[in-house]
Amino acid sequence: MSVPRFWRKQIARYNLVGTHCKQCGEYFYPPRNMCPSCRREGEIEDFKFSGQGEVVTYTVIHAAAEGFEGQTPYVLAIVQLEEGPRLTTQIVGDAKDMSIGMKVSPVFRKLGQSGDRGMIYYGTKFVPA
Amino acid sequence: METNQNGVNMSVGIVSYGAYIPRYRIKIEDIARVWGDDADILKAGLMVNEKSVPDVDEDAATIAVEAARSAVNRAGIDAQRVGAVYTGSESHPYAVKPTSTIVAEAVGATPVLTAADFEFACKAGTAAVQTCMGLVASGMIDLGLAIGSDVAQGAPGDALEYTAAAGGVAFIIGNRESELTAIIEDTYSFTTDTPDFWRREGMPYPEHGGRFTGEPGYFKHVTNAAKGLMQKINTKPDDYDYAVFHQPNGKFPSRVASMLGFSKEQIKPGLVVPRLGNTYSGSCMMGIAATLDQAKPGDRIFATAFGSGAGSDAFSITVTDKIEEIRNSAPKVEELLADPVYVDYAKYARHKGKIRLA
Ligand SMILES: [Zn+2]
Repeated sequence: MSVPRFWRKQIARYNLVGTHCKQCGEYFYPPRNMCPSCRREGEIEDFKFSGQGEVVTYTVIHAAAEGFEGQTPYVLAIVQLEEGPRLTTQIVGDAKDMSIGMKVSPVFRKLGQSGDRGMIYYGTKFVPA
Repeated sequence: METNQNGVNMSVGIVSYGAYIPRYRIKIEDIARVWGDDADILKAGLMVNEKSVPDVDEDAATIAVEAARSAVNRAGIDAQRVGAVYTGSESHPYAVKPTSTIVAEAVGATPVLTAADFEFACKAGTAAVQTCMGLVASGMIDLGLAIGSDVAQGAPGDALEYTAAAGGVAFIIGNRESELTAIIEDTYSFTTDTPDFWRREGMPYPEHGGRFTGEPGYFKHVTNAAKGLMQKINTKPDDYDYAVFHQPNGKFPSRVASMLGFSKEQIKPGLVVPRLGNTYSGSCMMGIAATLDQAKPGDRIFATAFGSGAGSDAFSITVTDKIEEIRNSAPKVEELLADPVYVDYAKYARHKGKIRLA
């Protein structure tokens, strides 16, 4: 991942900041600037999610992508936030402790790094609540 | 409004506090087995039974963020009021690029604030507290966030490996009297150039002057700072309900307490090192946090940090009624110590990225 690309999304990653359409009430994460239902009638505002959610489904990753070495095996899951949006995220902990429907809450962790010289990427992961 | 000897308004203190300890622990036995050391002798000598181990994706920045968020949440602080973030650590993840900007962004304090990272071995966190005290007392800022956070490194097989632990503590420092959870009446420091412990740029593990550095390092600086503060504000050990001393192991703070005339009972609530290890920049602040977790309004706490190199910062603290309001709104140190997950040496080495052999 390029430094500028990560940086642009940094606030959303650090603090689970998404958007909310005041017109229809829908929440978006990652943030959207246009409500797909209301289109031009939509009224978009920034929204900070509490981060409380539950596991929709998960998988255990054994062969990690570059920058994630040393973290395997880890659990990758789709988490549905209380407000509705779903996101793909790492769940911290042992695979044997995971279950579908499990309640989770957010933590601040290292997401990865570009080798020994590059940037360290930080952001939100989840732990069993 | 109180003023100190220099005529500066010293009605400053801790508005809120937050602690963070990783979930993992390793027992002294499991490290001793690898190096063929006698665990019972080590445990008795160090008064440490186990130490915290960071997860593979935790470092001084993530720990600082968790502690800072806990402090913000405990008192329901509007993070935009924070005008300074200072993070003390000897394990900042970048050699150049501040940890404090990561913390400031992650707690929502950006962009109108000043920030910097502090380094002074194990007392970098209390140096940050003192700086924030000055800034809020002078009216330069509304609130200051001072953090001590470390993922301490000891070379494999070195004596430090038995105690080098991970954890962090954040204090939010302010000067609105109605907001103060604990008033810091005064602070006093004692600093000299003493080469008892160091790490050169680019080196993975610290070096130290060996086991005889306790006297010219820890004991000399802690006793001078502690005596200096009590003399300055005319107090004595009996005036305090609790005392906290930097805890690189259990033995040093116990011995220095008795040298100064503090009792075992006074240091007990803050002496978390037997179950935690040495959290370096977090060490003394962790003891203060653990003491605040159980102190009553009106209780007085005496605290002295120590950092190799070397210096000590002493603080005289009085707990206010506010403690009862905010105490239960964030995890207590005792709760963070409870229910650990134990790892063996192989898993510990992986968590610490310990692939280099000294
Ligand atoms: Zn809409």
